[in-house]
Amino acid sequence: METILAQAKQVAEEAEVFMVSSEETPVQFETNHLKHIQSKQSGYVALRIIKEGRTGYAITTEFSDRQNLVDTATETAEFGMKAEFELPPQTLYPSIEVFDPTVESVTLEEMVKLGSELINIVRRHTPEVLCDAEVYKGTISTRIINSRGGELSYRQTVFSLGIQGQLIRGTDMLFVGESQSSCHPLSDTQAIASVVLRQLDLAREQAPIPTKPLPVIFTPNGVASALILPLMTAFNGKVVLEGASPISQSLGEQVFDERLSLYDDPTVAYRPQSRPADDEGTPSQRTTLVEQGRVASFIYDLQTAALASKKSTGNGGRARGGLPSPTPSAFIITPGGTTFTDMVSDVKEGLVIEHLMGAEQGNILSGDFSGNVLLGYRIESGKIVGRVKDTMVSGNVYQLLSDITAIGSDAKWVGSSVYTPSIYCPELSVASK
Amino acid sequence: MPDTKESAHQLAEIIGKHQADYIEAHLEESQASYITYRGRELESIGKTTNVGGNVRALVRSGWGFSSFNSLSDLASRVELAVKQAQLAASKKSELASVEPVIDSALTTEIGNPVTIPLAKKKQLLDTYNDNIWETSKIKTSIIAYGDGFKKTIFLNSLGSFIEQDRADITLRLAAIATEDTEVQQAGLSLGSRGDFGAIENLHQPVTEMAQHAVALLSAPKVKGGEYTVVLDPILAGVFAHEAFGHLSEADFVYENDRLREIMVLGREFGGPELSIVDDATLPGLRGSYRYDDEGVPTTKTYLIREGRLVGRLHSRETAARMHEKPTGNARAVSYRYPPIVRMSNTYIEPRTASFTDLISDIKEGIYAKNWYGGTTSMEMFTFSAGEAYMIRNGKLAEPLRPVTLTGNLFHTLQNIDAIGSDLDMNQGGGCGKGGQMPLPVANGSPHIRIRHCLVGGK
Repeated sequence: METILAQAKQVAEEAEVFMVSSEETPVQFETNHLKHIQSKQSGYVALRIIKEGRTGYAITTEFSDRQNLVDTATETAEFGMKAEFELPPQTLYPSIEVFDPTVESVTLEEMVKLGSELINIVRRHTPEVLCDAEVYKGTISTRIINSRGGELSYRQTVFSLGIQGQLIRGTDMLFVGESQSSCHPLSDTQAIASVVLRQLDLAREQAPIPTKPLPVIFTPNGVASALILPLMTAFNGKVVLEGASPISQSLGEQVFDERLSLYDDPTVAYRPQSRPADDEGTPSQRTTLVEQGRVASFIYDLQTAALASKKSTGNGGRARGGLPSPTPSAFIITPGGTTFTDMVSDVKEGLVIEHLMGAEQGNILSGDFSGNVLLGYRIESGKIVGRVKDTMVSGNVYQLLSDITAIGSDAKWVGSSVYTPSIYCPELSVASK
Repeated sequence: MPDTKESAHQLAEIIGKHQADYIEAHLEESQASYITYRGRELESIGKTTNVGGNVRALVRSGWGFSSFNSLSDLASRVELAVKQAQLAASKKSELASVEPVIDSALTTEIGNPVTIPLAKKKQLLDTYNDNIWETSKIKTSIIAYGDGFKKTIFLNSLGSFIEQDRADITLRLAAIATEDTEVQQAGLSLGSRGDFGAIENLHQPVTEMAQHAVALLSAPKVKGGEYTVVLDPILAGVFAHEAFGHLSEADFVYENDRLREIMVLGREFGGPELSIVDDATLPGLRGSYRYDDEGVPTTKTYLIREGRLVGRLHSRETAARMHEKPTGNARAVSYRYPPIVRMSNTYIEPRTASFTDLISDIKEGIYAKNWYGGTTSMEMFTFSAGEAYMIRNGKLAEPLRPVTLTGNLFHTLQNIDAIGSDLDMNQGGGCGKGGQMPLPVANGSPHIRIRHCLVGGK
C-alpha cells in the first residue's frame, strides 16, 4: 500500500489508498437440510488521486499490479470531477468495539449445530413448514492511508443467524422469517425462532380485509420494509444538494410528528454497521437526522459536504468498491412508550404490516410507496384475527409520519442497518380482492 | 496479471487427485469501467480489474465451495472445498449426466467495450445529459453507464475444459422534476451484449423521458382497486419474469413436495394463447450464452405452452432429482458465488392482437408502460410501471403517477385474455436471487391484456 501511495504521489497532488480484505464462511440449509458450506476469501485495493484538481479512481483485486493501478487512476482523472475536499490528516479515532476474536474460533460443526437447532425448534411447532437457514461468520480488515498523513486500520467480525420458513396449503403460500446479526457470536436460537413461531400462530387463519382507508400498525419489520428506504434517500446529502429530496429546504422545520426522532449511528458497540471511521477515514459520529419531528441534519461524505458548505458526517461509503458517496450506516428510530398489545387493542378495524413486498419499487424520492402485504394481519375489535392476502397498501411516507397515533416500546434491530419500534398510523389506503 | 489458463491447468491436475463425487472450478478475469452523472456534473468515473476463482465440491449431496482472489495455493482451496462438502454430506449425490466438453467459445466479433476511449463514452453521455436539461422544471438528472468484459474458464472432474467470454453494457438514465414540494422522476434502462451502438442515438427517447417526468408533476394518483390492465412489451416482459419465470426455477421446487404437486407438468396456468419461453440460445442478447456455469450446453425451454406447464429450468442436480433433462440454466453472477438455477432470455410468445384490439373494448382501465421494478414471493408478485395512463372508453386518456400492480400466480395468468403481435425484448434489467445480483438477463413480450388486476392507489 505504501508503495502504491508513493508511486501515486509522483503523478498526483494528493492520493489515498483504501484496502479491504475479508474471509467469510456461510453455512446454508435448504428445505430443512444442510446443503452448502462455503468459504470466501476476497480483497481489493482502491486508489483515489487528485491530479490537476480532478479526481481519478481505480480498483483492482491484483495487489501486486501497482503501476497499472496508478496508470488507470491517472487516465480517469483527466475526466474526473473537480475535487473540492481535503483528505483527512492523521487524527484520533473514537474507540468503537467491532471485533470479537471468539467469532473466528466458532467451528463449522458448531455453526451446523446452530442451524439445525433453529430449524428443529420451528418444525417442532409446525412440522410441515419447510425451512431455509443460514449461519454466517466473517472477518473484515480495512486499511486507509493518504498523502496527508491520514492512516487507519481496523478489523471487524460479523456473525449472523437467520431462518426463513415456507408453509404451503393447497395453493396458499405463507412465508415467515427472522434473522439477527452482531459482531459477537450468536447462539440464542430460541429468541430468533420465537419470532417465527409467533408469525406462524398469528397467520394460522385467513381474514379478508375491505378496500378502504384503515388504521395500520407497522411492526419493526414492517417499518423496515416499507418506510426506511425513502428516508435513507431523502437524508442523503447529495440528493439534498441537488434539490431532489422533498426535505431539501426543510432544515430546522417540523416535517414529522413531534414524537419521531431519527439518528444515523455507526458508534453502537458490536454492531455490524459500526466502525471507527467511514471509508474515507472521517471519524464516526452519531448524527441526529430528526429531533422531535424537526429535520436536524443530513448525511455527508467529504466531497458532498464541501460542495454544500457542510462538514462530512462520516458517511462516506464505497458501495461495491465505487467512489465514496453519502451512505447511511444504521438508522435508529427512538422507541416510544406504547406496547404493541396496547396499539392493537386500540384498533377497531385495521391492519398490521409485518412485511410489505415491492414498496421500494415506486417513486422513492416523493415518498410515495405501494406494495403487496406479504405478511400482515387483520385487527378486529382490538384483536389480531388472522392473515390478510391479495392485499395492496399505498401511501406516502411523509404524510404517514407527520401524524402518528403511537410509537411502540418494542424497538429492535431489523437486519444490521435499521433499529426501530412499531409505528401506529391513523390511516392508510388498502385495496384487496 | 497472473495467467488464469496456467492456473486452470494446475487446478485440473489437483482436482484429479481428490476423492469427491464431483469437483468443478471456475476462473475469471474481468475488466470494467463506469461513468456516472448526478445533475450537470460528472459524479464518478473509474476502472476495475478483477481476477478470482472458486472450487466447488460435492460429497454425498453436500456442497463445499471456496472462492478466492489469490491464485497462489490452489491446492489448499480444493482441499477446503472437499472438506466442507464432506461435513455437509448426507445422502447419495445425484447429478444429471452430461458429456464432458472441451471447447473455446470465445466471441471475437463484438470486442471489449472497456477499451473504447473514456472520452468517447463521456461525449455521448454529455449529449444525453443536455437532452434532459433542455427540458424545463427538471431539477436533476442521474446517468449511470457501466461496461464490462470477462473471460471465464470452467473445468470439472469429468474432464470438461471450457473457455467463454462475455461483454456487457448497461445504461440507466433518470430525469427528476420538481415543483413546490412535489418530486417526480422518469427513467430509462438499456443494455446490450457489448454493442456500444445499441446505446447511441437515443436522443429522442431521452428527451421524452424528461418530458414525462415533468408531466407526472400534475398527474393524479390512481384510485386503488381492480382494473383491466394493458401492459407494454417491456412491462409484460418483467411480468413474465416475475409472475412465472421464478417459479419455474427448479431449485424452488425440487425438494419441496407440496410445490412439486402444485407445479406438476401438464397443469393449466393460462389460456390456450399463452406460451412462455426461456431461451439462452438466442443470439446476442444479455441473457445469451453457450454453456452454463456447470458446463451444460444451453437449450430453448418452453415453460408454458398453450396455457399448460410443460417445462422448467434446471441445474444438473435439480434435473436429476426431478428425473427431467438438464436445461443449462445454472448461472453464477461471478466467481464469488456458486451457480444456481437462473433464467436467461424469458419471453411471452406473440399472437395476433393489435394494440387497438387490446384497448378498444375497455371502458375504464389502465395502460401501464416501462419498468421500475418487480419482485416475487412465488405465489404473490408485484411489478411497477414507470409510466401509466387511464384507458377510458377504448382510448388512452390522462397520464397517472407510477403504479404498482400485484398478482397471484394462480389467478393472474388465467386472467390474460389477449396477446399482441409485437414481441420486443428488453435488455435493461438485471435479476437478483439468493444475494446474487445483478445477473444479465433479457425479458420480452408483446402487448398483453390482463383482466381483474389489483392496482395499489389512494
